[in-house]
Amino acid sequence: MNSLALLGRYYAASMRAQMQYPASAIMLGTGAFLVTIIDMLAVWALFDRFGQVQGWGLGDIAVFYGVISASFAITDFFTRGFDIFGSAFVKTGAFDRVLLRPRSPTLQLIGYEFRLSRFGRLAQALLVLFVGAALVDLQWTPEKAVLLAWTIAGGVALFAGLMVLQASFAFWTTESLEVFNVLTYGGVQAGQFPLSLYAGWFRNLLIFIVPIGCVAYYPVLALLDQPDPLGAPAWWLPTAPAMGFLFLAASFLAWRAGIARYTSTGS
Amino acid sequence: MPQILVEDLAKTYRVAERDPGLLGAVRGLVHRRHRTVEALRDVSFSLEAGELLGFIGPNGAGKSTTIKILSGILKPDAGLVLVNGRVPFTDRIAHVSKIGVVFGQRTQLWWDLPVSEGFDLLADIYRVEPARYRANRDELVALLRLERVLDRPVRQLSLGQRMRAEIAAALLHEPDILFLDEPTIGLDAPSKLAVREVVRRLNRERGVTVLLTTHDMHDIEALAQRVIVIGHGQVLADSPFETLRANVLAERRLVVDFAHEAPEIIMAGVEIRSRQGQTLELAFDPARTPTPNLIAALAAAHEVVDIHVGEPAIEEVIARFYDLHGAGEA
Repeated sequence: MNSLALLGRYYAASMRAQMQYPASAIMLGTGAFLVTIIDMLAVWALFDRFGQVQGWGLGDIAVFYGVISASFAITDFFTRGFDIFGSAFVKTGAFDRVLLRPRSPTLQLIGYEFRLSRFGRLAQALLVLFVGAALVDLQWTPEKAVLLAWTIAGGVALFAGLMVLQASFAFWTTESLEVFNVLTYGGVQAGQFPLSLYAGWFRNLLIFIVPIGCVAYYPVLALLDQPDPLGAPAWWLPTAPAMGFLFLAASFLAWRAGIARYTSTGS
Repeated sequence: MPQILVEDLAKTYRVAERDPGLLGAVRGLVHRRHRTVEALRDVSFSLEAGELLGFIGPNGAGKSTTIKILSGILKPDAGLVLVNGRVPFTDRIAHVSKIGVVFGQRTQLWWDLPVSEGFDLLADIYRVEPARYRANRDELVALLRLERVLDRPVRQLSLGQRMRAEIAAALLHEPDILFLDEPTIGLDAPSKLAVREVVRRLNRERGVTVLLTTHDMHDIEALAQRVIVIGHGQVLADSPFETLRANVLAERRLVVDFAHEAPEIIMAGVEIRSRQGQTLELAFDPARTPTPNLIAALAAAHEVVDIHVGEPAIEEVIARFYDLHGAGEA
């Protein structure tokens, strides 16, 4: 059985396990939907009071927010194994079992769980995205649809990279580092506003270190047919999501170093 | 060439030391102190296909480290390991698809899934051909008497049921070698017997090579033709169990029931080990005091109701062995 088919089997099993508690799955999903809606209500209240911030309106912000939030929700479907890697695999020694199976650890961790409850968050993100697009009167073309998919794919790669990086650190700390939530959840928060609102050092952080800006700000400008007020060249705007994949690739270098460490020191 | 070849294996761990309390944790962040623990030094042995080897030793002696190295999840610092001609940790995927491993303390099944679904998933993970899988599974289910637990989620199983399911899970892909790390720990008597029976049959009927670690000497007595005693990271003995017993304790036991209150026995080379009402347990060296002579002498002097000859409990043999080698709990 090839890896993709196996992943399908893993997820079918995971969903059956979650559906042993259907009420819990439905409530978690609804909860995620409602909590994130409240998120957006706060932004709406802000813009209802001030109208515009540096020329950005509620519709623009909703598109930024929808893109980054959808990326994060999709990542969250399949990265649970990496998210809780330290406490669930390194500390308990359960990673031994992963290494005892004739499949790549990455595949096994992606297969660890498929989080049904994230549908709530994804639904909310897409709702906000398309309402925002309607507010700014965005004209959908096939090119724009592809750009949107490519942007979200870059975002998924970036957030997956953060999860893999977090898991890699756990080889050294044996705990899941909650500190990383600053980067993941904080990244979603920071990414929902245009970079041009931020101070220079923070902007650079979001472009060069943890390239959230590259998977939200730049490509969304292209989606909105806006030039970059900070002066980035036009060709760069739709290219930027590639940085998410670069980040993911770099994270896997850390991951490999972590596995090498694990096999030479034990748990 | 032997199926498992281990030569001059060495493994050292660096263990971070931390002072207790919050202050200690903070200090540990700034300045880490390390202690070096020598888990294995100079371990060599080999195993032919079809052997059944027991691995015993006190906690911390290096048993689990050896199993982890042999199963490819730990890299040794020095030495040679070949299993089926492969180096386990460099050729991990090919290696692990040919071995089965059961860690007594950990589950390899899915907690919330019924046992049968866990088996299905494992068959996919190990790429077992469907027809072979079904035949294997049915055979193992019958052998391990798992019919009644197949539909139940793993979390609802008793420890004994779970361990039998674990062993079946480790064998679905027909491994040539089975590593069992404390397979009977915490089990009740019937489950222990069932586990031993299965291991014995797998070894005899299918020719599966078995390497097992245990603290339960009855496992060793029931199963292992050959025993390796490990202590302080070194092989202290590698021999058939009977040889080990004879070398360490050339001692026999005689339990005698008397018709009346048990008398004092004063004979050269005979010790009283325990006294309970009308029963005495005597220890003697059969080389110095031949068993028939001792029995004749007792029967002549006292009114004896029953006599049986025994050997010291296997735990005693091992404890004595550790004492001889100064290899108590590490």
